[in-house]
Amino acid sequence: MKRKLRKTPFILLGFFLLLWLVGISLGEPTRVLEQAKSICLECIGIG
Amino acid sequence: MQTIRKLVQAVWIFLINGFWGFPITGNLYQGPLKIICSPGLNCYSCPAATTYCPIGSLQQLLLSVRFSLQTGHYYIGTFVLGSMGLLGASFGRFICGWACPFGLIQELLHKIPSKKYSIPPLLNRCKYGVLLVFVVVLPLLVVDQFGLGKPWFCKYICPAGTLEAGIPMVFLIPDLRTTIGFIYLNKICILTGVIIWSVLASRPFCRTMCPLGAFYALFNRVSLIKLDLDKEACTNCKACHKVCPVEIRFNETPGSGECINCMKCMTDACDFEAIFVNVAGYRLARTGKSRPVSARQS
Repeated sequence: MKRKLRKTPFILLGFFLLLWLVGISLGEPTRVLEQAKSICLECIGIG
Repeated sequence: MQTIRKLVQAVWIFLINGFWGFPITGNLYQGPLKIICSPGLNCYSCPAATTYCPIGSLQQLLLSVRFSLQTGHYYIGTFVLGSMGLLGASFGRFICGWACPFGLIQELLHKIPSKKYSIPPLLNRCKYGVLLVFVVVLPLLVVDQFGLGKPWFCKYICPAGTLEAGIPMVFLIPDLRTTIGFIYLNKICILTGVIIWSVLASRPFCRTMCPLGAFYALFNRVSLIKLDLDKEACTNCKACHKVCPVEIRFNETPGSGECINCMKCMTDACDFEAIFVNVAGYRLARTGKSRPVSARQS
């Protein structure tokens, strides 16, 4: 069976890494952390 | 291999639910680890959760996207989507088979002796609709007068959230009991339905409803690490069909989005080393197999 390096996963990883870095540069992790630290009553079906 | 997988699943449960101080603090974990994306579906409102749920966070960002933009913030979900994409592009649905707490719960429920049923393949497509409609479209488009939407999937469907957060939080914070209403009871009914269905069928939620599974399924064919088929070695003996917990015919559809990469077909069925782990195009050396006698005789 021939072996050949698959490039698609690396392209996808690069793309999503870029998205991730854009999110960080926009300060999104702070917002995500704020949300995750508090109980989301709506999320658990209350409120 | 399946014992190792169970151990890995158990380790993941404790890694992403590692805060056991909640009975003392009376609250959920609020430390810095919550900036890390949970690979599997695990509610961040679970009192023991140490990571954030990508589906919950994505909805929260999308439902408030108008408000964010109006206030000069560009919280449009790129960080969460990037995290999800990095996981998906690396592992595909290996995460479903090896790291999802709710997947393990369903697997354990399915071990309860009962008559077992298959799931019509058409229902497998519903999870893509759930991802698109309940996680993206409705939170983004159905908004109130303040421009805020709702986390539709979490609020009206997610049985993982009900099990991991809804029920424990009501016990942990007695004041919440007075606020229980129709939505909560509806979610309890959905959870009960999923529990009963999990006893009767293998991983029904993962296969028909899970939006995170649907997202990872998009990567299954192209992920860095994937389960692959050596067509030259395959004899079409169909042994892989018989052991698959999600009822796919691996040798006919390698890279199927439905495959949770549990590797049961590779280790417990295939005698011809036709199924293997493909890492970026290279075959990962096989470490041996533990094929049950029943599969060998059939």
